[in-house]
Amino acid sequence: MKLPINYQQQKKLISEKKTTHVEILDGYLERIEKYDKKVNSFLTLMKESSYKQARLCDKLFSELGEDVYKKYPLLGFVVSLKDLYAAESVRTTASSKVLDDYTSPYDSTAVSRLRADGCIFIGKTNCDAWAHGSSGENSDYGPTKNPWNFDFVPGGSSSGSAVSVTCDFCLASTGTDTGGSIRLPANFCGVVGLKPTWGAISRYGVVAMASSLDCVGFFANSSEDARSLFNATKGIDGFDATVTNVTPAKLKNDYTIGIAKEYLNDGVNPQVKNELKRVISTLENNGFTIKDVSLPLTEHAISVYYIIQPAEVSSNLARYDGVRYGHDRSYFAPEAKRRIILGTHVLSEGYYDAFYIKAMKVREKIIEEFDRVLNEVDAIIAPVSPTPPFKLGEKAQDPLQMYLADIYTVAANIAGIPALAIPSNITTQNLPLGFQLLGKRFNEEVLFDIANKFESVNTKHPGKAQLL
Amino acid sequence: MKKINPEYIPIIGLEVHIELNTKRKMFCRCCAEHFLQAANSNTCPTCLGLPGAMPYPNKTAIENTVLFGLALGCKINKYSKFDRKHYFYPDLPKGYQITQYDLPFCLNGKWESPDGKFYQIRRVHLEEDTGKLQHKNIGDKKMSLIDFNRSGVPLMELVTEPSFHNPDDVLAFLKDIQTLARYLQISNADMEKGSMRLEANISLTKITKQLGIDEKNIKLPDYKVELKNINSFRFLKNAIHAEIVRQTNLLSRGEKIKQETRGYDEQTNSTYSQRSKENVKDYRYFPEPDIPSIVIEDETVAIIQKRLVESPWEKRKRYIKEFGLSQNYAQILTSDLNRGAYFEKLYRLTKKHHLNTKKVVDLMINKNYDQKFPTPQGLVLDLLKTIKTQSPSDEQLDRAVSEVLISQRKAVSDYKSGKENALGFLIGAVSRKLSGKGDAMTIRDKLTESLGK
Repeated sequence: MKLPINYQQQKKLISEKKTTHVEILDGYLERIEKYDKKVNSFLTLMKESSYKQARLCDKLFSELGEDVYKKYPLLGFVVSLKDLYAAESVRTTASSKVLDDYTSPYDSTAVSRLRADGCIFIGKTNCDAWAHGSSGENSDYGPTKNPWNFDFVPGGSSSGSAVSVTCDFCLASTGTDTGGSIRLPANFCGVVGLKPTWGAISRYGVVAMASSLDCVGFFANSSEDARSLFNATKGIDGFDATVTNVTPAKLKNDYTIGIAKEYLNDGVNPQVKNELKRVISTLENNGFTIKDVSLPLTEHAISVYYIIQPAEVSSNLARYDGVRYGHDRSYFAPEAKRRIILGTHVLSEGYYDAFYIKAMKVREKIIEEFDRVLNEVDAIIAPVSPTPPFKLGEKAQDPLQMYLADIYTVAANIAGIPALAIPSNITTQNLPLGFQLLGKRFNEEVLFDIANKFESVNTKHPGKAQLL
Repeated sequence: MKKINPEYIPIIGLEVHIELNTKRKMFCRCCAEHFLQAANSNTCPTCLGLPGAMPYPNKTAIENTVLFGLALGCKINKYSKFDRKHYFYPDLPKGYQITQYDLPFCLNGKWESPDGKFYQIRRVHLEEDTGKLQHKNIGDKKMSLIDFNRSGVPLMELVTEPSFHNPDDVLAFLKDIQTLARYLQISNADMEKGSMRLEANISLTKITKQLGIDEKNIKLPDYKVELKNINSFRFLKNAIHAEIVRQTNLLSRGEKIKQETRGYDEQTNSTYSQRSKENVKDYRYFPEPDIPSIVIEDETVAIIQKRLVESPWEKRKRYIKEFGLSQNYAQILTSDLNRGAYFEKLYRLTKKHHLNTKKVVDLMINKNYDQKFPTPQGLVLDLLKTIKTQSPSDEQLDRAVSEVLISQRKAVSDYKSGKENALGFLIGAVSRKLSGKGDAMTIRDKLTESLGK
């Protein structure tokens, strides 16, 4: 069974009658059946409804031919959904036992837009409960494992989503990124991960973690697929008041990419650092201008993040008070409790000014700094994680060590800017390596363009995990 | 009512909640009607606080709050925002209420009492209403049920400075606030339906007699008692009075007054403790991250300003000045926008037709003539017809007067010896002679003229 490597290729296979949408779905479900017990990436499979959608796709294609893509630009695009995404009549748990038997009565905006464009939803993926975590180990339904090596974490919190893409359980997946929850697992699993500008895609219907940082985003095999999903879901929906419509910036022939010395300090693992240098020279050899920039405030981003994020978490989780949804607060696992307590503390009278207000002030400064630097360059290149994937259990007992895994990703969330994680190579241990591009607000197109150009010249793409 | 000890002066601040009558709820598109609706029929993910749901602010509700603020002479904040106020209660599905904390839409307004005193309004802000709990027996089980139809209905909150010192001004203020909401057509402000809710904060302070009651000399006490859940103006007035008496007694005995929330029992006409406020709740306010801060440009304010109408208190002043009405009549006529408009038309028509204005206004207010006649024109036409057919000729009047003066000698001599009320008796007698024709004023004039001879 030949499964598509990207949507472009799928369309070609369908057009040449080499496969059908039902056959593709068969292929994915077969693989899930065979391999998912090893990696634990799905919580709920949507077999029945996905077959219904796939049959409809085949019917529409046989009736309309290529014209079908005018009406359904993503016809038959098989997508998995992080279990934070509300989908009508589908169990939605946020990987927390608190919502163990909760079925959403409505679709999130992202889901309804992808549905309207013809996507097929194959299932709901595992993640750290409430998206709290960097390794996938905080799920109340057991950790997801890294398909490149089952002893390693896949990265979190959107662990199952990243794994489902690299395992060819689906063509793409949705994730959420509050402090790196898309980019980190994308990086650890070797797939493309997009964290869009805050306010580009509606968050309506996606279980909230920290509202001022949360972004709806995607995992895909190529930046082009990520781009298609982004364009299908972005824009004002009348439900999320923070969404704005912005006309994308014009693309250029030559881009200037900034590299901040703060991102190449001694804290970075040598393999990650060397790979970043290799990517930079590849870019340089292919017509990109590299410029040294400085982002001295970046180091404070993680402190700011661990004030604002728990504050908003404590507020957003207040609704799970035991009155509705069937399970009381004792079902919260330690990480959620830790953040609720921390957040409640920083918002308390007498502490609010010292913590929250101060963090918001520093946040403003970080935003200013990024705005200033991004005036000089088209994008900033940075590592996603200071290390390649780490082992299961390695940091689980040390929350602070775990929090530091996000050190290079949180800044984009603090500043609300878009970021794209791109796989580029493998480590000596056969684990994925990659980097991220940070861009100007609402300039996702520039990031896709740079990534696209890089993908076409990179000779060391990690490829896919071999599940045997 | 017991007398209030003059040594202490009550300090009263008010909080008034008014539900706006917008078609849609504050943060979703659900129908905002919740009175007599099937439970939970007007709900959606947002007002149920379901996982993933988000608020989308209702522009009309914001504009109507600004309009209300403008009518109270408030300054409109150019930059404002919504905040989250956290507390746990079953009728609050998100665990927090979206409200406004430090940047409300409207600040620093004022209200003029009937006797010309100005009272300061601290702020007017906008928030969402909560759901409603119903405690019922189902079968043999006691159940608490929640109806979320009211959840997310736009709720405007007005807060005054603690500057009221007597229950009468409080009542006059609240009535005017209710009338204003109705004038502006932003709420029915119905106490029975809960679309207007009152809270009063009361404390007492000692005054230095020599200095007298002057705002400058009043020191705010270090406690306040909150009167809550009172659903009529009259009960609030009684409750405030009862609370002042209670606090006075405690203070006179040298006792300290507890900071708490109290309710009012109309049976015993006394207040009772509901919730101790000794441990002040920490609501952990912080800016609502799901709603961008709101910018209200001067141009927007100017557009909303065009919807302003004359406030009830301005109109009342004008009625007294322009039409020579008593305070009481002015109050009655301004309490209803339509009645006021009817009156103004009627007034002009009576002038045009040389009718006795005072008498016509009496007919309108005391005999509800405006309800009998849908238009003032109709009322005036009817009056003109009645006067024409019913006025006695001069000859008939002369005859009746002289007959009465002869037949009622006792009354005539009483009047001449200074008993003024004998005149009323004589007027009645003449009127009877004329079988009800003729108006009292004319008869009176004729009688006094004849008696004076």
